[in-house]
Order: sequence, then structure tokens, then C-alpha cells
Amino acid sequence: MTEQIVFFIFTIMVLGGGLGVVSTKNLYYAALFLSLSFSGMAGYFIMLNAGFLAAVQIIVYVGAIAILILFAIMLSRKVMTTNEPQTNKQNWLALIVTPLLYLTLIFLVVKVNWPVSSAAPALDVLTQMGAQFLGGYLIPFEVMSVLLLVALVGAIILARDVEKGRE
Amino acid sequence: MQNIPLTWWLSVATALFSLGLYGALSRKNAIAILMGLELMLNAVNINLVAFNRYITPQNVTGQVFAVFVIAIAAAEAAVALAIIIAAYRQRGTVNVDDLDSMKF
Repeated sequence: MTEQIVFFIFTIMVLGGGLGVVSTKNLYYAALFLSLSFSGMAGYFIMLNAGFLAAVQIIVYVGAIAILILFAIMLSRKVMTTNEPQTNKQNWLALIVTPLLYLTLIFLVVKVNWPVSSAAPALDVLTQMGAQFLGGYLIPFEVMSVLLLVALVGAIILARDVEKGRE
Repeated sequence: MQNIPLTWWLSVATALFSLGLYGALSRKNAIAILMGLELMLNAVNINLVAFNRYITPQNVTGQVFAVFVIAIAAAEAAVALAIIIAAYRQRGTVNVDDLDSMKF
């Protein structure tokens, strides 16, 4: 019972935050709703025996990505007028298509007989993850580090002020 | 733990994915589209971790995948925001309807 109450609280955080992100006109509020949604997801990860992922979620998403988005919103602030509509011409189409997608996926989720296992969850999650990262998933792990380096350099080059170099 | 069936987690993840898709499809502002994408990536993460916990609880493959998704999302957000800032500096707008010079 307690678990279900906690689940509902986190669900309100996650889905309410998500609804705020897509519905509010003020982008600044949308970014704050986004970090609320990310925090709720960290709670989900703790409930799902993934404490390390919960910490990563807080550090990377709430601490880095949401703040980065806030910076970008403030840097492009001139266009952030809140009284004009924030949706484009295909809004009505999106309003039809996404509920249809949702209903289709929910139909699938309910229909499929998931092979749920009743085994006890792993206790040494972090040890196992470390062994996986430096064992079976070594090459994806190294590619990931190269990708992060490329993204770092690329972001700096793209966002650099090129006014002086242009003719 | 088994008080909460797996379908509840999947339903929440599906709802969040649909919300993110709606945001990515219907918003005018490029940063708002990026926020919709982040919601979709997070919905996938919930799915991965929930499947890991319910179907193969002895190993942690789903969580390893979720870490990869988080790393990709971080790289994607950094590059996308850099592109948006550069476009704003050059064109003075972040409205994707106005950034159509590559459109045929």
C-alpha cells in the first residue's frame, strides 16, 4: 500500500511535470516543470532498485541538462513573449496523432503477457554495472567516452562567437 | 515490490512518451522541441529499468543501457543548444518555422 502511494506521488510529479512542459506558454516555467519531471523519475529509479541511476539522473538531468536549457532560454530571451501562441500549424494534427499512438501502445502493454520473474533483485547493482562496463560493454563504453569528447568540442566550436572571422 | 504491476510503469512511460512527442511535434520554439525530446528519452529509460527489475532482476543490463541513453541525451542536449544559440545569433530567432533556409 505504501509503495503504491509513493508510486502515485512520483507519477503526479513525472506526468504533471511533463504536462506542464508541453502546455505552458512561458518557456522558463516549462524548463522548471522539466526538472520536476526529472526529479520524479529519480524517485522511480530508487523504487526500481536502481539507486545509482537515480543519482545519475539528479546529477546529469536536473543538475546539468535542465540548467543548460534554462541558460539557452535566457540567452534567446527576446523572442520569449508569453502572449502569442507557442504552437505551430500542425498542432491539431499532433493532438490527434499522439493520443492515437498512446492508445495503441497501451493496448499493446495490456495485451502482451509479460514474463515477469519473481526472483529477488540483485544486491550488488553497482559492482555488476562496473563489471559490465569494463567487460561485455567495454567497446560501447569507450565509444561513448569518445562521443562525449566530440560533443564537448563540437558544442564549443558551434557556440563560439565567429563575428570577427566573418567577412 | 510486486504490489505494483509492471503494466503501471509501462503505462506511465507510454504517457510520458506521448506527451514528449506532442511537445516535439507541436511547439514553435526550438528549445521547447528539445525539451519534448528529453521527455521521450526519459520515458524510454523508465521502460528499460522497469523491464530490468521485473523480467531479469538478477542482472543489470537494463540499467547499463539506461546509462548509455543518459550519456547520449547529454551529448545531444549540449550540441543542440549550441546550434540553437548559434542560429539565434545569426538569424535572431529560435522559431523553427523561420529557420527554413535549408528547405527545398
